[in-house]
Amino acid sequence: MLPAKLQRTLDAFAFFTDRSERIQALISIAERFRPVADAVAKRPYPETAKVPACESEAYCFPVPRQDGTLDFHFAVDNPQGISARAMAVVLAESLSGAPLVEVVAVPGDLPTQLFGPELSMGKTMGLTGMVAMAKVAAQRALTRDNPAP
Amino acid sequence: MSAIETRGYAHPEVLVPTEWVAAHLDDPTIRLIESNEDPLLYPSGHLPGAVEVDWVRDLNDPVRRDYLDRDGFQALMRRIGASPETTVVFYGDKNNWWATYAYWVFQLFGHTKARVMDGGRLKWSKEGRPLVSEVPTLAPSRYEAPERDDERIRAYRDQVLTHVRTGGRLVDVRSPPEFSGERLHMEDYPNEGALRGGHIPGAVNVPWARAIVPEDGTFKNAAELKAIYEGEKGLKPDADIVAYCRIGERSSHTWFVLTYLLGYPRVRNYDGSWTEWGNLVGVPIEKGA
Repeated sequence: MLPAKLQRTLDAFAFFTDRSERIQALISIAERFRPVADAVAKRPYPETAKVPACESEAYCFPVPRQDGTLDFHFAVDNPQGISARAMAVVLAESLSGAPLVEVVAVPGDLPTQLFGPELSMGKTMGLTGMVAMAKVAAQRALTRDNPAP
Repeated sequence: MSAIETRGYAHPEVLVPTEWVAAHLDDPTIRLIESNEDPLLYPSGHLPGAVEVDWVRDLNDPVRRDYLDRDGFQALMRRIGASPETTVVFYGDKNNWWATYAYWVFQLFGHTKARVMDGGRLKWSKEGRPLVSEVPTLAPSRYEAPERDDERIRAYRDQVLTHVRTGGRLVDVRSPPEFSGERLHMEDYPNEGALRGGHIPGAVNVPWARAIVPEDGTFKNAAELKAIYEGEKGLKPDADIVAYCRIGERSSHTWFVLTYLLGYPRVRNYDGSWTEWGNLVGVPIEKGA
């Protein structure tokens, strides 16, 4: 099962039959991007938070909630990294507070589901890396909460 | 004299500054072409009058791994209203990485009336110049394209293998970890699209973006470029040089630098690059820095 908010986003994107509709929706999503608050992370951001192979220099900051779930915050340093900002908004809005097992189950091809099949390999890798960072953080939190016997 | 003409390039005419572009926005002999990696950028705002040429939808064959053929290029040029006399000016994101890729493909069809806007989107945006979302409506042209010529500036795998066996020079423009074969290992992280890591034997590693001034995305001057490619890496201007990366896009940027800014006469881009070489059975590979 996917996080409910993410499922709703994917359902909405599934209705797009025209590439320009999908693009405009993603641009609108990217416009909701906000910089990471100083309370979450301050520059220079640690290399451990950097999304590997993301040329938009994205950083992922998972912050534990009281209920054991995670809040996800993303920084995108490339001022032209509009796709990375769109992906950051989707992930932050739909995975924050979601059950960790559902975050871990987010499909690796989420960027393709959102952006369509015409992404470059590099762009796909960067966006997939953002998804992977969130999933790994959720998996680590799960393992902490449920250590192997 | 513009700043570009003071940089000592072999062919400074291939670059135009943002001021020149701003002064030619309404020039009917100029067609501005934006080529990006990020598919959201052009729709979110582009130079007034600019058309988009997308590397996937417009420059690649939709079925085979190859570029568009004569008919495809002709249809593209007609769609963007370009004639053989039209000067196309490329610009884009990532320090003109994809703009030079499109430039290279256009040269496969011999459209030499082509320029690159120095600094690309980054410099234009930093200067506070206008971006618009309106897509221009252009009257189709009657462009007659020649057959694609892959001989001069494109290298195929068998040619590269011969090149390696005869001690030819190669420039690997990927990042040092890609060059060395070191794997960026991370759980759930996708691999590089190749079964083997490393580089083609004999290649020197010059990451493509070293040719760029990071603050504004412009190209470094000729002396700085020579210091990198010749002083540091030992390339000879008259050598037969093959540039490659992962799929031939970053290396087209280096092809542009070596060919036009430094004036090397024999540079080819191996667009098969590491996604082909790193998956080929039995070809030689070197690892390490």
